[in-house]
Amino acid sequence: MCPGSLSFHMFDALSERLERVAGRLRSRGRLSEADLDEALREIRSALLEADVELGVVRRFVDSVRQRCAGEALSRSLTPAQQVIRSVHEELTRVLGGETLKLTYAPRPPTVVVLAGLQGSGKTTAAAKLAAWWKHQGRNPLLVGADLQRPAAVEQLRILGRQAGVRVYSEPTDPVAVASAGLEEARRLGRDLCIVDTAGRLAIDEELMDEVRRIAAVTQPHYTFLVVDAMTGQDAVATATAFHQALDLDGVILTKLDGDARGGAALSVKEVVGRPIVFASTGERLGDFDLFHPDRMADRILGMGDVLTLIEQAERAMDRDAVEKSATRLMEGRFTLEDFLEQLQQVKKLGSLGGVLKLLPGVSRELRQAAGQVDDRELDRVAAIIRSMTPAERHDPSILDGSRRVRVARGSGRTTQEVNALLKQFREMQKMMKGGAGGMTAPAGLGRLGGLLGGRGGPPAAGLQELLSGAADGGRSPGAPRQLLQGVKTGADELAGSGLRPGAKGGARNKKKKGGRVTPPKAR
Amino acid sequence: MAPAPTGAPAPTGAPAPTGAPAPTGAPAPADPPAPADVAVPPAPGEEAAPPGPPTFRDRLGKARSLFGGVVTSLRARGGVDAATWEQLEEALIRADVGVGATERVLARLRERVAAREVAGGEQLVQALRQDLVALLSGMPAPGANGGRRPPAPADRSLRFAGASGRPDVWLFVGVNGVGKTTTIGKVARQQVALGRSVLLAAADTFRAAAGDQLATWAERTGAEIVRGTEGGDPSAVVFDAVQRAAARGNDLVLADTAGRLHTKVNLVEELRKIRRVADRDPGHVSEVLLVLDATTGQNGLAQARTFTEAVDVTGVVLTKLDGTAKGGVVIGIQQHVGVPVKLVGLGEGPDDLVPFDPEAFVDALLAG
Repeated sequence: MCPGSLSFHMFDALSERLERVAGRLRSRGRLSEADLDEALREIRSALLEADVELGVVRRFVDSVRQRCAGEALSRSLTPAQQVIRSVHEELTRVLGGETLKLTYAPRPPTVVVLAGLQGSGKTTAAAKLAAWWKHQGRNPLLVGADLQRPAAVEQLRILGRQAGVRVYSEPTDPVAVASAGLEEARRLGRDLCIVDTAGRLAIDEELMDEVRRIAAVTQPHYTFLVVDAMTGQDAVATATAFHQALDLDGVILTKLDGDARGGAALSVKEVVGRPIVFASTGERLGDFDLFHPDRMADRILGMGDVLTLIEQAERAMDRDAVEKSATRLMEGRFTLEDFLEQLQQVKKLGSLGGVLKLLPGVSRELRQAAGQVDDRELDRVAAIIRSMTPAERHDPSILDGSRRVRVARGSGRTTQEVNALLKQFREMQKMMKGGAGGMTAPAGLGRLGGLLGGRGGPPAAGLQELLSGAADGGRSPGAPRQLLQGVKTGADELAGSGLRPGAKGGARNKKKKGGRVTPPKAR
Repeated sequence: MAPAPTGAPAPTGAPAPTGAPAPTGAPAPADPPAPADVAVPPAPGEEAAPPGPPTFRDRLGKARSLFGGVVTSLRARGGVDAATWEQLEEALIRADVGVGATERVLARLRERVAAREVAGGEQLVQALRQDLVALLSGMPAPGANGGRRPPAPADRSLRFAGASGRPDVWLFVGVNGVGKTTTIGKVARQQVALGRSVLLAAADTFRAAAGDQLATWAERTGAEIVRGTEGGDPSAVVFDAVQRAAARGNDLVLADTAGRLHTKVNLVEELRKIRRVADRDPGHVSEVLLVLDATTGQNGLAQARTFTEAVDVTGVVLTKLDGTAKGGVVIGIQQHVGVPVKLVGLGEGPDDLVPFDPEAFVDALLAG
C-alpha cells in the first residue's frame, strides 16, 4: 500500500485512534507484544463496528498479531500506521485470495443458481448478471423460480425486458420451474441459464430442502449466495447454513452503494471460503461489476464513510456564503457580518465531526483544531454579533457606551466581553487593510476566538487555528474554504479512483427519475 | 366517525376478545363493528387463521429458543468473573447490539456488581434484562447517573386520529429489501380487521412490478389501492390517494414508498416531499414507520438517523425476526434516535405481524 494512494488517507481516522492509545509504540525499536495488544484492541473494535462477525474478528486479529509480532519498526510509517498496514494487507488477502475464474460448461447451458435471504437483492442481481453476460456477447436465459413473493416473476420479466434477456417461468412450483427452465434454455440454445429463487431463511428446513432440490434438478455450475452488504453478525450463520445445503461457489455482495462498512463480506468469505465474485453497487442494471478486495478492505476499515460524508459535507457547507466571505476577507472588506457567517460555517464543520478526519485534502492540524472547537464559544460570540443592528455590524465604530450595554444585555454577556470583541475586531481590520490581500489577517481573526474562553487552553486555540487557517501558515483564507476544497478534492479523487462506477465528476450518483433501469452501455 | 384518542398505548400482547389478530392501534372509535364480525378472507391457499392473537413471545418462541445460551450459562455460574463478562459481551455483540452500546451496558453492570448491588447468577441475568428493557423503553437504565436525555417512555401505539374527512396516512419508509410492501399487507389486514376502511397507495413508482406486488396485497386484505404510472411521481400517487380517501371516506391510507438507501441525498429529498404532500389537507400523517430488517448490522443506526431527520420517523417495524438475526441494533436506535419499535415482522404471511414486546425481545436476544 503506497502512502501516496488515496487509501492511505482513509486510515487517518483509525490511525489517530491507535496513536492515542499506543503512543508508547514509538519509544521502542520493535513492536512489542503488549503494545501490539493495545493496538489490536482498537482494530478489534473497528472491525466489530464494521459488522465483522465476532469469531471472524478474533481469528483475524490473531493472524495479524502473528504477522506483526516482532516486526521491526518501519522508518516511513508510524507504528500505528504500520499495524494498520498489516491489517489492510491481511484483510485484502482474506477477501481476495484466489479469485473465481469463470469458466463455462462444455455442454451449454452453464447453469447459475442464486440463493439467499429475503430482500438480499437476488432478483435484481439475476437481471444484472444476465445483462453483464449479454454484454460479453453471451446469450443467457433468465428463469423466474420465485413463486413465493407476489409479482416477483413480473419484476424479473420487466428487468429482463430492459436487459434484452428473455425470462422463463410457469405458475407451478419452484423445482418444476427450474427444471423446465433449464429445458427451455437447452431448447433455445442458450449458453447461460440463470435461476432466480425465492428468499428463504436458513433455518427454514422445508425451504432449504426446496432449494436443494432446485440444485439437484439443475446441477448448477455456479451457485451464488447473494448477501446484503449491511448484514450484521448474522451473516455467518446464514452463509454457513446455505453453504452446507448447497456447496456454494461464490458470493454476490449487494447494496454497496450505501454506507454500510460491509464487514459481512469478510465474515462470509472467511467462513465459507469461497470468493466474493461480484459487487452490486446500485439499482441500475449497469451497477454491477467484479468484486475488488482491496477496495473492500479500505471500506471495512472506514473508507466507505468518506463517500457519504463527502455528500454530507457538501450539504452542510453553504458554498456561496463561504466563498463570499472569503473574498471579502481577501479584499479587506471583512465585517462583523462576515465574521458571523464564518462562525456559522465553522459550527457546521464541528457538526460534521468525524467527517473531517476522513476527508483527503484536509490537514491534520485543521482536523485537530476542529475537533477542539467548543460550540458554546461560537454561540457566545455569535450572540453578541446578533444583538447588534445591521448598521452596527457594518460599522462597529458607531457602537457607543449605551449601545454596547444594550448589546451586552441582549446577548447575555458582559460589556467587557463586548468591548474585547470590538477591540480585537478593530485590530484585525487594521491588519487586514495593511496586509497583502488579507494574508496576515487570519492571525488576528483567530485571536477573536480566544476572547470569551475565560478558560483559555485548547478550545480557544482551536477556534483560532480554525478561523485563521493558521494551520497552513495562513496560506488559505480560513478553514471553511479549506474544507470546501477538501471536499471537492475528495469527491474528485474518489470519482477518479473508480470506487463509484459510473460516478463522474462528483460524489453524487444521481438516480434517474422517471427513467427506469437501463441496460449497461457498451464498453 | 368519532375521533379516537391519539397516542393511547396499545395493549401489548393482551388477547382480543375474539380470535382476531391483536389490535395494534389506539382503541377503536365508538361503535365499531366488533372485529370478529368483519370477515377477512384468507389469502388464496391459506388456511383460516388459528384462534387466539399471536403474541410476540408465542411467535418468536416457535421460531427459536427463548432459553439457553448465555442466560442458562450465567444462571449456572455462581460468581462473576472475567469469563462472565466475556460471555455477556459475546452475547450482546452477536446480537448486533454494537460495540459502544455493549461496552456501556456492561460498564454499568460492572459498577453495580462492584457496588454489591448485584451478585452473580440469576441476579446478574435479571439486572442485565432490566437494563436492556429499560433502554428499549426509552428510560435511562437503572443505576445510570441521570443520563443526558430526559426519560421519555416509548409510545408503541399506532396513532390514528380518525378525524372526519381527514384520512390518516401511515407512511412506510426504509432502504431496499427490508419488507415495506409485505409489512403494509400485514398492517392492512389488521386494520381492516379493526373495522377501518383502508386504502393502499402504491407510491413506489420505481421498482419493477412494485404496484403489482402491492395490488396482490390489496386483494388479499380487502383494502383498496391507488396506483400511479411506472416511473411517475410518487408524490402524485400519494396526493391522489389522499384525495380519494377523503372523497370516499376511507379512514386510513397506507403509503408504500420505494426502497432507498439513506445515503442517496436526492432520494431522501424526494421522500421529504412525499411526506409533505401526504400531510397536506385533507391528509394527516400520523405515523411514519421505518421498516428495518433484523439482519441489519450497525448501519441500522445510520438509517434510523437519516430517515428520522428527513421525515420524522415515529416508529420502527423490525422485520424478519423469525430468522437467526437478533435485531439488537434497535436498542441503539431507541437510545440515540429516540424512535421506538412498534411492530415486529415474523414471516411473510399476512398475519405475521405482532406488537413489540421489549421483554420477550430481550429474552430472545440473550437466548441461544
